[in-house]
Formats: sequence, C-alpha cells, structure tokens
Amino acid sequence: MSAPRSYRTEAIVLRRTEFGEADRIVTFYTPEYGKLKAIAKGVRKPRSKLSGLVELFTHSTLLLSHGHNLDIVSQGEAIHPFVPLKNDLNRSGCAFYVVELVSRFTVEHQENAPVFDLLLATLVELCQTSNMDMLLRCFEADLLQCLGYRPNLHRCITCNSLLRPVANSFSPSGGGIICPACAGTEPVARPISANAIKVLRLLQNNDYAAICRVNMGKPLASEVEHVLRSYIEYLLERKVHSASWLDKLRHDARLSTALVTTVSPGPPGGEATTAAAVIPPGPATRHSP
Amino acid sequence: MSNHPTLTAEPVARLIEALHKLPGIGPKSAQRLAYYILQADQQQIRDLSEAISAVKAKVSLCSICWNISDADICHICRDFKRDVSLVCVVEKPMDILPLERTRAYRGVYHALHGTIAPSEGIGPDQLKVKELLFRLRTGGVREVILATNPNVEGEATALYLQRLISPLGIKISRLARGLPFGADLEYTDEVTLTSALEGRQELSS
Repeated sequence: MSAPRSYRTEAIVLRRTEFGEADRIVTFYTPEYGKLKAIAKGVRKPRSKLSGLVELFTHSTLLLSHGHNLDIVSQGEAIHPFVPLKNDLNRSGCAFYVVELVSRFTVEHQENAPVFDLLLATLVELCQTSNMDMLLRCFEADLLQCLGYRPNLHRCITCNSLLRPVANSFSPSGGGIICPACAGTEPVARPISANAIKVLRLLQNNDYAAICRVNMGKPLASEVEHVLRSYIEYLLERKVHSASWLDKLRHDARLSTALVTTVSPGPPGGEATTAAAVIPPGPATRHSP
Repeated sequence: MSNHPTLTAEPVARLIEALHKLPGIGPKSAQRLAYYILQADQQQIRDLSEAISAVKAKVSLCSICWNISDADICHICRDFKRDVSLVCVVEKPMDILPLERTRAYRGVYHALHGTIAPSEGIGPDQLKVKELLFRLRTGGVREVILATNPNVEGEATALYLQRLISPLGIKISRLARGLPFGADLEYTDEVTLTSALEGRQELSS
C-alpha cells in the first residue's frame, strides 16, 4: 500500500523565507517530526487563506501533503495566534530569540516532543509574564536539558570533587563547573560566583515558581545570562542574532519604559540562603500553559 | 549544470550560470533564456545589455526619501504639488509603486530598505532609520504613516519606529489592517478579523 498523501500535525512557525512570486518556505517545529520545512503557496497574496497560519510564532494544526522536494501546506487552523507577541516590542524580541534558539539547535526530521512542549509553554507564558528575562533563562536551561547539554553544576567536571562556595569557574567546552584546584587546566573557563551557580541549579531543577520569587540583583541576573549565553554560543559555534536585538531593546529601555528586569521580593519567611537569593519552596508550574 | 561545464560551450555555460543567480530563475529557465539569447538578433541583445548596464550606472537612491531615482532627488520629492508634511514609511522602494497606483496618496515617502529581522541579524542600524529621524527632526513633518508589512517583522519595525518618533511630537499612524476586497469571512484568520473589528468604521447616513 502506498503511503498516505497527506498528514496532520501541530506546528509552531520558527522561520520563513520568501520563495518565488508569492510563496514562502516555512520552517515549523512539530511534536512528531521535529523541525520541518514546507512550502506555503501564495501566502504573500492578500487573499491567501494560509497567510495567518504561517506567520512567525503561530501555533496551529496543519494538513501537509507530500511534495516533490518540500512538503506543501494545504490547510490548517490556528490554535494560538499569539497576538501579544506581535503587538509588543519587548515580547516579540523575546519570542524572536526563543524561536531562533530552537531553530539553530535542532535538525530537520528529528523528533523531540519535549522541545515542542517547552517551546509552546514558553510562548504561552511569554504572552503574559512580567518577568521576561527570567522566563528566557528558564527556557535556555530547559532547552539545554531537552537537547542533552545539561551543564554539570554539582561536581567539578575535571576532578569530580563536590563544589564548595568559593571562586569556581564555568567551562563552556566542558559543559560544567571547574573547581579552583583544576582551574589551570581549562584556560577559556570564566569565573562564576557561588550565587550564580545556585540560580543555575534552580533553573535546572525547573522550579519556575521558586525562581520567580528570587530577588536577584542586576549584576547576578546579568552574570547568569552571560554564563548561559557563552555556553549556548559555544555549542552553536556562532552568535545568536536575536540576542543583540534584545540587548539593544534593553539598552533603549533604560532610557524609557523598562523591559522588566527586577522581580518583586518574595514573601517574608522564605528561607534565606547565604546568597542574596531568597528561595521559598514552591511547586513547579512550568509546563502548564 | 555548473557541475557539467563541458556539456555546452563555455560562454553559454557562463551565461546560464549568471541567469541562474537571478531570483525566481531555476536551472531549466536559465537554460531556456540562455538559448533564447543565443538565437536572438543583435539589436535585441544590444538593447538588453545596455539596459542592464544603464540601470546600475544611472540609477541611484534619492537623497531625501531613499527611493530609487535617476537623479539626486527622485521625481516624487521634486514634485511641488506633493504634501511634504506627510511622510509614508515603507519597507522597500518597490512598495511605493502600489501606493502610487492608488492615486489616493499625495504625501511623500521614506524607504527603509528592509525590516527589523532579529533572527537574521538585521537591526535598525542596517536600515535607513537614522536618516528618517534626521529628516523628521529637521521639521516640517506633521504626520508619519507607518506602512510596513502587516507581519511580525513589519510590526516590530513599526513599534520600534513609534518608540523613536513619539518623543518628537509628530502624529504617527499605521496602515489599517482588515479584510481585503473580495475576501470571505469564513477563511479569515482571527488576527485579521480582530483588527478589522477594532478598526471598524461608522457608516454615516
């Protein structure tokens, strides 16, 4: 029996490039087929029925038919058009970053449903969160985990001794922390504070509610951001384009309205650690869009 | 094609290669065009090659609106009947043509030469944004119409420009989004329909 001519899948749009007179080649992320490229015909014409479905960030169910080289988007229905991501400059900037990371880290036709779930949950949360920076950090940590790049934050990656709260360093190439005794072996490692390691561990444990209650100062937040970014850029072997746009927006925001970077302090009574972080216990509420 | 340069004479292969680089021209079309050019008469070929070299030599960008122009200032910016206090910001010079075809717009334009596309690494510094702000700061502009495409990048560009322009105290408007003429509600996505509802207009009796 011949294979069916068409198939149905959920999909989120990661990229699209113009093709021919009025077509677009669209890169989707799907739960069943991983990253997928398909051609959407005639979508640059104003009366196209598909144009809304193949717009960036849109989550939809699609019917695709097998084509000669590329599959063809034949029909579909939008599930989440994610309007707030399109109407708000800061939110759209974050969404650009999220889809760029997924697009760069994944290869076509390699199924990874957790990445799809993470992408969807992040975009849903991004529509409403007031703490976009923290959401992006959670997304980065979760994505690294889904892809098998979870950094080792508990033991030195060289000598395997338990880490103590001293001046450790983070090695992007080793994918983890190096203790001061082994620091000489890894010249590219950068120093990391004990507090940053704690925040990274929280991110790794996926405790979004707890992380949101962490009262992180600006220097700590930017340290965590830089550690994750250097690790991501090492793995991708390239710069992440959207990150520089986020930096620019943030730079502009310092002058006017803010991309919210500070979190309101957590409720009193939370167990204070030696870090500046106050981490009350809280259930993980990450993947419930 | 480029893998088999020996299959055809070298100059023809070179022509095919050059044509293949044009947008929308696949290997087969490139071959067809090359063989057509080969058998076309001398005059036709001279006209074509002259037109191609002239377009690069004689056309430049207007120093006011960055539209393509055959002089330092384009025919729209030179036109005295145009309302220079009304500036319509478009993505590409090509977008000016459909707006001109409406014959409903009597203001002037500003071509950005692209949109903000963070994932492609295109930011405002690669566009004619500084030039637009300089133009607006020098005064005389009453309204800016943001006519970037209604997609994510176009929207991001419009929002960013709005952020830059609003401190200047100039009126900013955005092209309406809604149902195209001859559309069908059944097939309209909710984003379009939402903006069509928001932008609904009262029918005056």
